[in-house]
Amino acid sequence: MGRAPVARRAGLSAVIAFSLRHRWPGGGALAIDFAAPAGATALFGPSGAGKSSVVAAFAGLLAADAARVVVDGVVLTDTEHRIHVAPERRRLGLVFQDARLFPHMRVRDNLGYGLRRAPAGDIRFDDVVELLGIAALLDRRPHTLSGGERQRVAIGRALLAQPRLLLMDEPLAGLDGERKAEILPYLAQLKQALGVPIIYVTHALDEVYAIADTLVLIEAGQVRATGPLGTVTARGDVPLAARDDAGAVLEARVAEHHPARQLSLLRSGPLALWVPLVPGALGARLRVRIPAREIILATEAPAGISLHNILPATVVAITEDAARHTAMVELGSGEARLLARITPDAVARLGLRPGVAVLALVKSMSVDVLK
Amino acid sequence: MALSLGVAARSVGFGLPVALGLAWVLARCRFPGRAALDALVHLPMVLPPVVVGWLLLLLLGVRGPVGAWLNAWFGVRLVFTTGGAAIACAVMALPLMVRAIRLSIEAIDPGLEAAARTLGAGRLDRFVTITLPLALPGVVSGGIVGYAASLGEFGAVITFAANIPGETQTLPLAIYTALQTPDGEATAAKLALVSIGLAVVGLAVAEWVARRSRAALGYRR
Repeated sequence: MGRAPVARRAGLSAVIAFSLRHRWPGGGALAIDFAAPAGATALFGPSGAGKSSVVAAFAGLLAADAARVVVDGVVLTDTEHRIHVAPERRRLGLVFQDARLFPHMRVRDNLGYGLRRAPAGDIRFDDVVELLGIAALLDRRPHTLSGGERQRVAIGRALLAQPRLLLMDEPLAGLDGERKAEILPYLAQLKQALGVPIIYVTHALDEVYAIADTLVLIEAGQVRATGPLGTVTARGDVPLAARDDAGAVLEARVAEHHPARQLSLLRSGPLALWVPLVPGALGARLRVRIPAREIILATEAPAGISLHNILPATVVAITEDAARHTAMVELGSGEARLLARITPDAVARLGLRPGVAVLALVKSMSVDVLK
Repeated sequence: MALSLGVAARSVGFGLPVALGLAWVLARCRFPGRAALDALVHLPMVLPPVVVGWLLLLLLGVRGPVGAWLNAWFGVRLVFTTGGAAIACAVMALPLMVRAIRLSIEAIDPGLEAAARTLGAGRLDRFVTITLPLALPGVVSGGIVGYAASLGEFGAVITFAANIPGETQTLPLAIYTALQTPDGEATAAKLALVSIGLAVVGLAVAEWVARRSRAALGYRR
């Protein structure tokens, strides 16, 4: 584990290139293109947006009008050049919403099914069993497992087929919040440990925040935005921004713990963020999300205020939504991006426009520490 | 009676693999002519058995197109032989076997086969490792129903293979012959008892197998 993958993870070049054009007989069309680097790429969008068709096109189960799918340098589909690798030869690890474990086999044999048919690879049986915490389940039959356990076994089975890509189609959609919380850490860990690129299809934002590095927003058969998670969640001009829970996600490290003050200091690029004490060693990575509606913008620093975080930043873009009487202000500070939701009136009063320096005021209590 | 069991066993032996193939094709493949194939398979169920026997005679008789070919190339003659009796039984039992197996294949979630496919299993591999084991209860019950039907087949056997003691005279033919003979009723009764016994054993085995396989797959009751 963790040999070659390190280099692959670090690389920023696209390992996945995807292009799909399709027109359904009953109307409705798909025009979905994206490229993704190694790591986890979340395809996020409402149901019916075309996410499942993307999965089918990856798997080679959709006869599309035009499609091109390249994973890790291997062309799996290219309608222009009449290339179509058979689904059983694609070596994509699919995880379905219903785990689809083989009911007549024990967990051990389910896990081994793909492994026996795959060429030798880096991903070892014992490692996967340990990573997913399923050692105690090996001799059980699928029908005796809980939903969460089943899904973990399904993930293990897909991984052991030594896939070029792990393709997860709403893998947690059938589980309740508690079960979901049980699996998400495994997924995050797996991503770090095995270095297999992941395409993760979902309509749940908490899953996106937990595992995605790259985010592709799909709506009505089209890609609305694509890019690193922190960049896309900070944009004010995408459907995500219209949601009540809009807010930028930041990658941060634990810089200081102050147990006496019950505060921790996190750093994300040049930004320093005070938050209520978090667990985790100094230097540990974590993700935080700052809800857009919790950010106050100011042109001069207030005094005598309970607030801890006064973050200097520059206005990058402003998107006004007349229908909702709001303005989404995208802020930049080095690499870090923030998204603030304020009133158009405030934009006018403060004279905000791209390039203007402002202070973003964020209550430490408002920072949502994800993990 | 041993002859009867042998004929039925051979009938299932020929018929079951054919039935399995047909059931899979009918359950999982979409192609033009599927409805026609479906109807052809079911034909022996709705035709009078004597008609089926006569059609077999036309087709597989020494002068029939297939029969002449078999005779010329392999020296195999089916008409009026034990093998012929088995073929007649197999054709009559085919719809029953196909029906049982097809239902059990259709009950399998196609998602499981799709999952096996993404894990690198080719068509035959998927059939052997996923479809067949999951359809096994249906295959077994199809086999047992086919066996029972073969034991009881009368019209097609007597038409195609005749009623030759020791060669093609199966249990029902023997009972019929006994009833035609003066004072044969005692023999007929004995043979009928054997027949009932076989049927009961068959049903019991079918039930036991069905229960066992359901338990293995984790269904309650």
